[in-house]
Amino acid sequence: MPETILQLQDVRTHFAVESGFLLRRQTGTVKAVDGVTLAIGAGEVVGLVGESGCGKSTLARTIMQLVPTTGGAVVLEGRNLTTGTTAEVKAVRRDLQMVFQDPFASLNPRMTVFATLAEPLLVHRVVPAAQARARVGQLLERVGLSARYMDKYPHEFSGGQRQRIAIARALALEPKLIIADEPVSALDVSIQAQILNLLSQLCREMNLALLFIAHDLSVVKHISDRVAVMYLGRIVELGPAVEVIERPRHPYTRALVSAIPIPDPDRERSRQRVVLPGDPPSPLNPPAGCAFHPRCPHAQDRCRAGVPPLTPVDATHEAACVRWQEIG
Amino acid sequence: MPLLEVTDLRTYFHTRRGVYRAVDGVSFSLEKGETLGLVGESGSGKSVTCYSLLGLIPSPPGRIESGRARFDGTDLLHCSPAELRAIRGRRISMIFQDPMTSLNPYLRVSEQLIEPLLIHEKIAKADALARGLAMLEAVGINDAAARIHGYPHEFSGGMRQRVMIAMALITRPELLIADEPTTALDVTVQAQILELIRRLQREMGMAVIFVTHDLGVVSGLCDRVQVMYAGRIVETADTRTLFKAPRHPYSRALQCSIPSLQPKGRELYTIPGLPPDLSKPPAGCAFAPRCDQVAEGCQQRDPRLQAVGASQATACLRVQAGEL
Repeated sequence: MPETILQLQDVRTHFAVESGFLLRRQTGTVKAVDGVTLAIGAGEVVGLVGESGCGKSTLARTIMQLVPTTGGAVVLEGRNLTTGTTAEVKAVRRDLQMVFQDPFASLNPRMTVFATLAEPLLVHRVVPAAQARARVGQLLERVGLSARYMDKYPHEFSGGQRQRIAIARALALEPKLIIADEPVSALDVSIQAQILNLLSQLCREMNLALLFIAHDLSVVKHISDRVAVMYLGRIVELGPAVEVIERPRHPYTRALVSAIPIPDPDRERSRQRVVLPGDPPSPLNPPAGCAFHPRCPHAQDRCRAGVPPLTPVDATHEAACVRWQEIG
Repeated sequence: MPLLEVTDLRTYFHTRRGVYRAVDGVSFSLEKGETLGLVGESGSGKSVTCYSLLGLIPSPPGRIESGRARFDGTDLLHCSPAELRAIRGRRISMIFQDPMTSLNPYLRVSEQLIEPLLIHEKIAKADALARGLAMLEAVGINDAAARIHGYPHEFSGGMRQRVMIAMALITRPELLIADEPTTALDVTVQAQILELIRRLQREMGMAVIFVTHDLGVVSGLCDRVQVMYAGRIVETADTRTLFKAPRHPYSRALQCSIPSLQPKGRELYTIPGLPPDLSKPPAGCAFAPRCDQVAEGCQQRDPRLQAVGASQATACLRVQAGEL
């Protein structure tokens, strides 16, 4: 195991739900992230998958300290971000960068590529202003764009090129960890492949850790070393990417895997499919016990009794299901 | 006789920056009960093709420059608005991509759901509601009797897409055009919706044009696939052939870029460059500038779609010459 860059310890992020017009009072709590423990090593790529509303984006925002944590600890290189002062958090943020889903919305349309990429360099005084252009040129080349593009505006670029610019911006401060929230889901397949290749290459060459959030399991399997599957604010399965996707243990992961359409007509038409009934439950009013039990084909009475903890399946693979052994 | 026969459809958009040839000479036909997949990247003209058939192209700037689309004897592109209205929403229905914005937030689901019935059939409102309710149950909405009078915001994304499907199918159309109906949904919900479309198609025997950029979705659902690039069909084949033996370099490249088919750790194949600017399409084959099999002549001569096998046609000069 390489040195740990990020350690999440029982992280919880809850949002209060208020109602009433004059007398606002709290009427409920959305437990968007509810007890996530996860370690990411230097240079490691961890994929985080789950359906919309499972809390994966909130977890990303929690790690970035963009939303206040309700409990637990986010430890980046030994420093706890949840208890640090604003100045401390700001200093550590250099090592922690984010790439967002929509490259059309995440770049400021009024800033040139140079202004976008130079801003973090100047704010953190990485290079003197006189050298900023040279540095920005290097960054652009690093992500496969020509330095000539520096004075253009975002609207002059295609979606894939914009995502490259967003990645260059995240790389500007040479972070240790990048969180990429659905970085390829807005892109076409051929462009998606380019961005995936770029991210893998950067991680390898710069020993960069990556938390890759996506809902597309085939993409996640391709890029990740390990995969974490989230359901309703909790991690329900965690292990090496190939293990989790080819031999899933948790019934939810099995359903997710079986829902991915296979681009091979013979296999696609002959396989057994687990079609889950219904939608994920509301996080405002989660079911008792295992949150997945109302949709689970293997649910029993004891699944309603308590929240199952992540338990080891083998040395590197964990699942949060009390029945994983029985269901084979 | 095919249910739908489209010949040489051209839809151009006349803008201040020039003429965009969004669809540039598309011909295909569709049999009763057949499922046709229309695959391509954004901007390849797949949605514009569908919108053209139903008279949904905003004009200006859009204009249908040429072509015919015969649906059971009527040319959809040249019939009167009244004739089109009698077909659209009754014999041909459409499901749109985004279930969040395709329903009217001000109207109850019941009103939107039975509107096609009230317009196209002489039916009492109570009977229409009963059919609406049966349709909602058929698409798998639990507790439909209570929910039918709700508003769209009370439904989740997957449920709204089910409502859209129920609305499209309530008149029992002969042809359903589905424009990326599952792209905005989670995989588990996508699996439910695809299952539903398959089942209803079996029961009702309707033909489906399924527009998508996801080859995985196509592989389980479609009888035949058409691959579009830069406003043209570059390859068409039955689904098995297209997956087992794609001939056109673009179809092959698309297949190679799918992560799940590649061994882990290997670099994914990528298509160099970008799709062409449709206002200034390159001479010859539009894919030539990005093609790894490009040869002399590709940039001079326009390839036509030609049969290269029993159920396969390809628009590539080199394939047609037997070189690939």
